[in-house]
Parts: sequence; C-alpha cells; structure tokens
Amino acid sequence: MSKPVKQIHLAAHFPGVNNTTVWSDPAAGSQIDFSSFVHLARTAERAKFDFLFLAEGLRLREQRGRIHDLDVVGRPDTFTVLAALAGVTDRLGLAGTINSTFNEPYEVARQFASLDHLSDGRAAWNVVTSWDEFTGENFRRGGYLAREDRYARAQQFLAAVRALLDSWHGDEIVADRASGTFLDAPGPGRFDHHVDQFDISGHFNVPRSPQGHPVIFQAGDSEQGREFAASAADAIFTRHGTLDAGKAFYADVKGRLAKYGRTPEQLLILPGVTFVLGDTEADAREKADVIRHQQVSGATAITFVERLWNRDLTAYDPDGPLPDVEPLDDADPIVRGRADANRQDRAETLAQWRAVAEEKKLSIRELVIELTGRQSFIGTPAQVAQELDDFVQADASDGFILAPHLTPGGLDEFVDTVVPLLQERGVFRTEYEGTTLRDHLGLAHPDHPRTAAGAGGARAAS
Amino acid sequence: MSRPPVPLHLAVALEGAGWHPAAWREPDARPADLFTARYWADLVAEAERGLLDLVTLEDSLGLQSSVRTGPDGRTDQVRGRLDAVLTAARIAPLTRHIGLVPVAVVTHTEPFHLSKAVATLDHVSSGRAGVQVRVSATPDEAAHFGRRDVPRLPIAELDSPAGRALLDELFGEAADYVEVVRRLWDSWEDDAEIRDVATGRFIDREKLHYIDFEGRHFKVKGPSITPRPPQGQPVVAALAHRTEPFRLVAGSADLGFTTPHDTAQAASIVAEIRSEQERAGRGGETVHVFGDLVVFLDEEPGRAAERRARLDAALAAPHTGDAQVFAGTAAELADLLADFAQAGLTGFRLRPATLPYDLARITRDLVPELQRRGLFRASYQADTLRGLLGLPRPANRYTPA
Repeated sequence: MSKPVKQIHLAAHFPGVNNTTVWSDPAAGSQIDFSSFVHLARTAERAKFDFLFLAEGLRLREQRGRIHDLDVVGRPDTFTVLAALAGVTDRLGLAGTINSTFNEPYEVARQFASLDHLSDGRAAWNVVTSWDEFTGENFRRGGYLAREDRYARAQQFLAAVRALLDSWHGDEIVADRASGTFLDAPGPGRFDHHVDQFDISGHFNVPRSPQGHPVIFQAGDSEQGREFAASAADAIFTRHGTLDAGKAFYADVKGRLAKYGRTPEQLLILPGVTFVLGDTEADAREKADVIRHQQVSGATAITFVERLWNRDLTAYDPDGPLPDVEPLDDADPIVRGRADANRQDRAETLAQWRAVAEEKKLSIRELVIELTGRQSFIGTPAQVAQELDDFVQADASDGFILAPHLTPGGLDEFVDTVVPLLQERGVFRTEYEGTTLRDHLGLAHPDHPRTAAGAGGARAAS
Repeated sequence: MSRPPVPLHLAVALEGAGWHPAAWREPDARPADLFTARYWADLVAEAERGLLDLVTLEDSLGLQSSVRTGPDGRTDQVRGRLDAVLTAARIAPLTRHIGLVPVAVVTHTEPFHLSKAVATLDHVSSGRAGVQVRVSATPDEAAHFGRRDVPRLPIAELDSPAGRALLDELFGEAADYVEVVRRLWDSWEDDAEIRDVATGRFIDREKLHYIDFEGRHFKVKGPSITPRPPQGQPVVAALAHRTEPFRLVAGSADLGFTTPHDTAQAASIVAEIRSEQERAGRGGETVHVFGDLVVFLDEEPGRAAERRARLDAALAAPHTGDAQVFAGTAAELADLLADFAQAGLTGFRLRPATLPYDLARITRDLVPELQRRGLFRASYQADTLRGLLGLPRPANRYTPA
C-alpha cells in the first residue's frame, strides 16, 4: 500500500534583520510601517497559508563597538503587530518569537492568552532563550544566564506559562443575569508554581483562550533543542539543508517523540527557506545571482569575514583576496548581539575558507556569497512546486516557512504562481477548513473542555 | 462670565461591562462577549462616532477586586480581562481618529518592552497612541512575578510613615520608568533610516542614541529596537488621587486623570499639580488635568437616578468608588462639566456606569449638548492624539539644536 499524500504547511516570514532582506532594491518598502505587515499578511491569507511569522531582537547588533549599519536595523514590537494584524485578517495564524530570558511568565501568558482571544484562536509562540549580558543591558532584570542553563530556563518558563494558561479550565464564566452569578466559583485562575527559576503564586487574570495554549515553536537544531522540541513543542522552526540532511533530521526528531508519549503528527518540522522564481530555470538562476550580490555588498562581505578574523579588516578590498593576517583569537569578540558571535573552531574554519578561495579563485565578496549559501529553491514555478512537494513527501519536512527577500511584496509572485500548482497537485488547501491555527496545523486543542471533558485534572482548584 | 467658552476635551474610560459592579446584568450588557475583539471594537467605534479625544482601556496584573488588598472571592461581578495594550492594537486598524490609551502596569514590567509596544501602537494607529501608567502596590500582584516583596498596606495606612515610604518608592520608580520609556522613544532620530545604497548603510548610526539610564531601581542601555513613533512622544497619562501621583503627573505625564467631588476640590487639585509642574521645571508645557466621573445618563428626568438605584439594589451597599457618581440628563451633566472647567480642569474622562448604554448616551446626547454650547468639537481636526489634545510634536532630546 502506498503512503498517503501529505499536505504541505506554508508560512510567511516577515523579512527582517539579516542579510537575506534586500533593502536597497527600488521595490523594497518600509520595515516598520504597518502597511508592509498588512500587505504580507493579506497575501499569505489570500493564499490560505497557515501562518505569518515575526522574529524578534532585543538589542541592536554591534560590530567593532558600533551599531551595525549595513543591514536592516529596527523592527516594531512583535505582540503589538500581531494583535493589530488580527484586526485585518480572519484565519491566518499569527506567530511571534518571544524571549524567555527577558520576560516573566505571568506577563507572557496573559499576552498570548489575550492575543489568542483577540484573534479567535490564531496565536503561536516561538520560544527562544538568550544568554547574553549584552542584550540584558536593556532590561531591569539584567540578562546573564549561563549558556548551559538556557534550555532549563526555556523549559521552566514554558511550563510556568502552561500552568498559568491551564489555571482557567474554560467554563468558569456563567454570566447568569437572573441569579447574578458571573463566576461558577470564587477565585478563578488559582496557581502555585515553585521551581528554581520561578517562585510564583496567585490568580491568573485572563480566562482560557480559544486554543487553550498558543501553538508552541522551538527554533534551533542542537541536541538540547531537539529534545526540548520533542518533549514540549508543537513545531520546530529549523534550518534548511539538503534533502538527505532534512530526512535525517526529520527521522531523528520524530523518533524522539514516542518516549514522551507523543505521536509523529504532534510535532511539525518546518524549515525556514528562501526562493527565487523565473520564467525559465536560467532566468531564475540569473536573478538569484543578482539577489546574492544585492544581499552581500562589499562592505557586508568585510564585516562577515571580520567576525571570523575577530579584527578590523576595513583596510582590505572586498574584491581582492582574503586577508593575509592571522585572526585575533584572544581578543574580546568584535561582534555582539548575534547568535554566531562565539566561534569555537576558528582555525579549522579559516583553513576551509582559504582552501575554497584558493581553489575557486574567489575574492572576499565572492567567497562570502559562496559561503553564505544560495537560495533554497530556485527555478520556474513548476520546478519549485515539484521540489517543495518532493521534499515534504520524502519526509524531509512537513512544510516551509518562506522568507521573501523583499518587503512587502516578495511573496506575491510565489502566491500567484507556485501556490496554484501545489493546489493542483492536491497537496495544499484551497480553503481554510478550520478557524484556529491548531486546526490549520492538524494539532489538538490541549485540555479544551470540548475534548478533555471528564479529564477533570484541568479544573483549577478554587 | 462673558469669556467665550473654551472647548473641552472628552475621554471615556472603558472597563468590563461598565463601572458599576452590577452593570453586566443589564438587559443590553454583553457579558459573554467581554473577551472578544468585537465587543471592544464596537465600543471604541461608538466613542469615535462621538468625536471623543480618546478612550482608555483598563488593565491590571491581577483579578479585579472590590477591595484594594487583593482578590475578594466574589462570584457576582466581572472577573478576568484582556491585555489592554494588545486590545488597543487590535482595534487600531479599525478606527481612524480616536486616541487609544491602554493602561499598563509599570511596577513589575520592563520599560524596554512597554516603550516599544506603545511606539508600535503609535505606528499601527498612525499617531494615536498613549499609555496610562499604573503602579501596582499589592503583595498579591507582586507574588504573580515572584521577584520582589511588596508589603500589605490597607488604604487607611497610606499616610503612615511606612505607607508614605512605599508610595514614594513606587511612584519614584514609575517616574524613572516613564523617563526610560520616553528616552527610548527619542533614541532614534526621525531621519535615522537613510537607506544609502552608495555606501550600503541602512541607517545613519550617528542618529541612534544610547540612553544610558541609571536610576535607583534599574539601568537601561538602549537604543530602542523600534524607530521613533509618529507622534515622537506618545501621550503619557496617569490617574492621581494624592500628592505622590500628582507629582508623577506634573513631572512625567501629559495628562492626569483626577477625581474631584466638587469644584473647590477640582481647583485645589489643579493648583497642586500646577505648582508641582513648576517645581519639576515643566511650567511652560501643556499638562492636561481631566476630571473623572462615573455617569448614568438618561434624557428623561429621574430615569438615570432610578437606574442607579436599581443597580445599587443588586449590591449589599450602594456603589461608591474613587470618582464622583453622576446620574442625570445630558444637560445637567453639561452644566456640571462647565462648572468644573471654570475650576481649571481642561477636560473630562467619563466612566460609563453601564456599557454600551451610558456610552451611547455620552456620544448621542451629551456630545450634541456640548456642541450646542460651543464646548466641544464638531469634527475631528487633527490626525494624531497629540494633535487632538493640542500638544505639539516635540523635538527629539537627542537631536542637536
């Protein structure tokens, strides 16, 4: 018997603070104006996408002690934009990264519960944890968390938020005018949660939301990240790689679910991907090359190699050969506020870079373009539709989070040309079937009174 | 007496099913909709139809309570609420003119987060954002965060040495918090984003500024991650009943909500705030002082008082709160507001006793009555909340003069 055809899940990533966003293009719009967010959200909803995704950063990046200025800088507040987007969309899921180091569970729980109410059940949370004091300088609680403690913090934070969300079971509000009974019992939302990171108790003040819990994302491919996702997340936002690497990752992570009493459908694997479309394959490749050069300017290439050399290389010509000097291993990192700031394998990486540049006769800029990877899917709409479908059917992912390179119109062409082909193949919805994001993703609504009737355990103590 | 009337500013405060604890039992109340976006969107749309300056949205970090010391265990009143900043953001795209001023607690939260949230509310509303800062002074709310202890002080003991020390501490912290929020709003100059393709620079980093705030309670480095909001500085408001919060209004806010019960009290509150304003070196700036009133409104004489009596009958004792309760006709209310304005109040925040009924009486009866008297605008004349309140768009403190 042949395997059933899988349905693809698709999401739109608002182009952000990284070198994949081409802000210098004449068609590039505002990264801040609400109209840009509305355009991308409505485009994604028109195409029946599962959700829109917003990343987060809490300290502007610095290089050589100064704010990095060669890339998109600045973004609005994640929660506030998602709540506003709930007002201009009906079905699209609204996902955002929210840091668990620089927040407290009570506040995050009430923000996600509120967002879920205000969107009629479309909220999703990408749980991330920072450990750097650099970002902590913007927060009263400070920021230092030992790197090895960050998953413990994330796990405890998520567990605390879930305890708060579960403190309302969903049918406390009676609102019976005749008898004057608003609540079925006094003191709803009672919680007591005492672990090493959090010592909290009292009453949560947002009633249970339509989804019960927002959809939980985990981002990151490390061993700890995989285990955290297998134990607690609904979806993984992962890095995209080859088909074989995708299959291996997929099998590994889905294989970890059984020991937590979970089934493979309860954790979706969604790599972040980029794409370039053309009328012909050659046309698409040519466009892809132009975009790569827009993404990696000469100055950007210098800052990229500076991060490995850990020293000022502005005297070098980006169109010339790699710097002949040696890296400064012992100096303080010259870049702060980036995930890759701690390079452990500098000598080995440097040797690889030198070898590639030597072999292919590449300048600094050409090498960076080579190293930082081509777009994930390049081709005609038919080719890209086929490749996306093959990737999912081969169990290398359950769908994709698409990051267009242009704000806000970078998804338009994909929606107009690739999505109809996926729909023709019968692997992508032509209408939303449910109303909540959990419906779109095929995930259960946890502890919802409808599904957990009789479970009893979710009922809060009064 | 012959002075031409100075137009009043008018706000409404939205809270649950209305400010009377039994409001949710009224026939037109929508208690089942309190946690839906549509409920709040309908109310704000009604306020905007009445050309009001702004709505405030109540919030707190704990369950509502009839006592100030913590949860009261009641089951006959509305309990539970949605985050006010997010509710305001949800409504912003559905409205065009009215100011949106959510309450935000500044005791346990992060100024960096609130600053960018309100800046973003200003971006998504094209310049209509404000924030009403609120101090949390109960041990119960502190336990929700588990990061500090707040002593349990009954309201009667606020004038004891311990009570005053606590209020000084909490309101001093609130002042520092607002300072951080405001510096972060200015931490990007308006023209910091340059997109200079020739040099590859997206921003001119000389126009981004570390705020380097160091106070008694916290340090914040900056700059914000969010560019300067359209208004430059969104409107900061606070509710104030006594000296410590009067000082916060005078030193840090654009708008104070006060609760005088007669014109003499109104005059003395205004005088105290004006004098604190001078002391804070803000004598030349516009700081609005609004009076808060809970209102039952009906055109038929006596009917509002009847409604009030009927709602009070559902309680063990008649409802009294911090603000004066008015029950009467629109004309009577207009007379009262005009008297209060003579005492120096620049506007009013009306708290509808029941929703949506008393809100509709404000927009459909009171507003036309004030318009007939030349006391209220006939159409919206500004695009931003600061504009509606007659506040200029401020220069950026970090831009060289």
